Amino acid sequence: MSAADLVVSAPVREPARHSATTRFVIYGLLVVFALIYIVPLVVMVMTSLKPLDEVTGGNMFALPHHPTFDPWVQAWGEARIGVSETAGIKGYFWNSIKMVVPAVFISTLLGALNGYVLTKWRFPGHKLVFGMMLFACFIPFQSVIIPMAVILGELGAFGNRLIDLTGMSFGFGNPTVNLVIVHVIYGLGFTTLFFRNYYEVFPTELIKAAMIDGAGFFQIFRRILLPNSAPIFIVTVIYQFTNIWNDFLFGSTFAAGDQSPMTVALNNLVNTSTGIVEYNVNMAAAIIAAAPTLLVYIVAGRYFVRGLMAGAVKG
Amino acid sequence: MAFLEISGLRKRFGALEILKGIDLTLDKGGFLVLVGPSGCGKSTLLNTIAGLESISSGDIRIDGHTINDLHPSKRDIAMVFQSYALYPNMSVAQNIAFGMEMRGVPKPQRDKAVADVAKTLKIEHLLSRRPSQLSGGQRQRVAMGRALVRQPRVFLFDEPLSNLDAKLRVDMRVEIKRLHQQTGATIVYVTHDQIEAMTLATRIAVLKDGELQQVGTPNEIYNAPANLFVADFMGSPAMNLLEGRVARANGATKVVLERKDHEPIVIAAPPCADPSKLAEGGKVIFGIRPEAVNDRESIDRNAKSVATFNANVEIVEPAGSDTFVVTHIAGKEVTARMRADADVRVGESHAFAFNLDKAVLFDPQTTRRI
Repeated sequence: MSAADLVVSAPVREPARHSATTRFVIYGLLVVFALIYIVPLVVMVMTSLKPLDEVTGGNMFALPHHPTFDPWVQAWGEARIGVSETAGIKGYFWNSIKMVVPAVFISTLLGALNGYVLTKWRFPGHKLVFGMMLFACFIPFQSVIIPMAVILGELGAFGNRLIDLTGMSFGFGNPTVNLVIVHVIYGLGFTTLFFRNYYEVFPTELIKAAMIDGAGFFQIFRRILLPNSAPIFIVTVIYQFTNIWNDFLFGSTFAAGDQSPMTVALNNLVNTSTGIVEYNVNMAAAIIAAAPTLLVYIVAGRYFVRGLMAGAVKG
Repeated sequence: MAFLEISGLRKRFGALEILKGIDLTLDKGGFLVLVGPSGCGKSTLLNTIAGLESISSGDIRIDGHTINDLHPSKRDIAMVFQSYALYPNMSVAQNIAFGMEMRGVPKPQRDKAVADVAKTLKIEHLLSRRPSQLSGGQRQRVAMGRALVRQPRVFLFDEPLSNLDAKLRVDMRVEIKRLHQQTGATIVYVTHDQIEAMTLATRIAVLKDGELQQVGTPNEIYNAPANLFVADFMGSPAMNLLEGRVARANGATKVVLERKDHEPIVIAAPPCADPSKLAEGGKVIFGIRPEAVNDRESIDRNAKSVATFNANVEIVEPAGSDTFVVTHIAGKEVTARMRADADVRVGESHAFAFNLDKAVLFDPQTTRRI
């Protein structure tokens, strides 16, 4: 027996057959999970397109026999929301838009500015400041509701005083403005974290070069940093948009009645305790409520993963 | 008065002292190279001149004006960074014009300045490109263009060639030298590459651990190193350093290099050493560059003082233009730079010669040259 015989030869692989089986299993599993994820949406869309008698009388998975867009029209402009006089969810939809756009914009921009200062204009104690901002990410929102309510109450009182003095409140005490303030404050922890980590690996020599070129603090931010922050901007906007749009707690606490955001209105519509439950209208309203976040993911989703990975690998 | 003056410059980070009192001067149009191993403080020194780092004490003056507390943009300097630091979101032309834009120079004037600089550096065809679309050498040119367009009083270069491959590095080195000769600019240049330092500089400052070791012309630094560190750091292959002992015979001062199993080599003290500082029996370190060690027949004919000896050849390294021959004396390797066609064979004894005009002696205690 020679030494060569003792060496176990590596098994000869049959790459084609082997990978075919593997691929079958992988794709099979993916299809199964995709179905599990898509079923609720399919049921929602189908139900929203059925007349009410078809919903209550028929199978949940049956295709609509007489497809109709009436439930969508009702949900958008006619349905009664809670005890409100406003018809349909359209008013609340715009409430949410008016809240989300400024809140996302301001919190993202402030996060970028914070990230810029915490990485490129370091000051003694910058680590402590960043640590405390990170802390904001982990505070349970329920625990800040009462202090926040007190602060917003003060702002409201200040607004009333302004009305007495000038005839205008300048937005103080307005529920939408209040929600923007709350979401900006609680979004800041996350947006700062995102931008700080992105700017941490941003070459400092560029900042130095710009300083020698005579650019000031904000010029460097606007001309050098921001134009090179697209990936992290998209990540932050998606994250903030989804969180703020879907928020229910702050919306139901700090805004009431006609001023409520979409999520609160949807709850009021669905949780009605009088009359027949119009499932088709509820489903249509729920889809409308989820549509903006879905849209944001579809449009910018591919940048999301790219942005999250940015800086993870050099190059 | 010198154009750039640095006096008593100190830089501390907490308890750590990075620069321990630097005194340097540079005349207008001079090319000062700061050279030293990593962590010696050369880049910090450059950054303090640029104003990117504050100083703990001391003075920096340009043209007689103290600039210690001026903002980098007000110092009338331009800097070329190791990573080039081109703004990725701007075209080449915008990159070059950014500084002028920040200073509020009107657009037509900016365009003209960019066109002039592009012509000097032969990058006219690249002006509308983004930095990511350029090769390393092209980026380097753009970075130099950005510095040139300012027409600053002092140019600062921070290891500008270390990201380039070997061939391009040599090309760009020539380019920088040509630029210096054409424009007569005053330049401070940081590198860890001693060949770059030798070829470019009109003045070299060797740093180690935040202290100046020697400042001088490339010739002084190379041929009359102030101490063992400078001798060892400058030159490739490094200077041969051998331990020896001072002896006197017939009124002449000699240096004895002891050898195992061989007669000791007794050589005359090198002409540059001061004989009054050589105590009999005292230990010295004898330093000689590889090009001053050669065959007996090819040693410099103009040499006034030559010492010859036989030694075993251990390694022969043909490098094309020269052949490096390694042997052993007094327990230390000795490298000789010989002609490419030198007739040497490994393992055989060979007749070597030292050109003592080029040799130096160091005090092993203080490491300073005698």
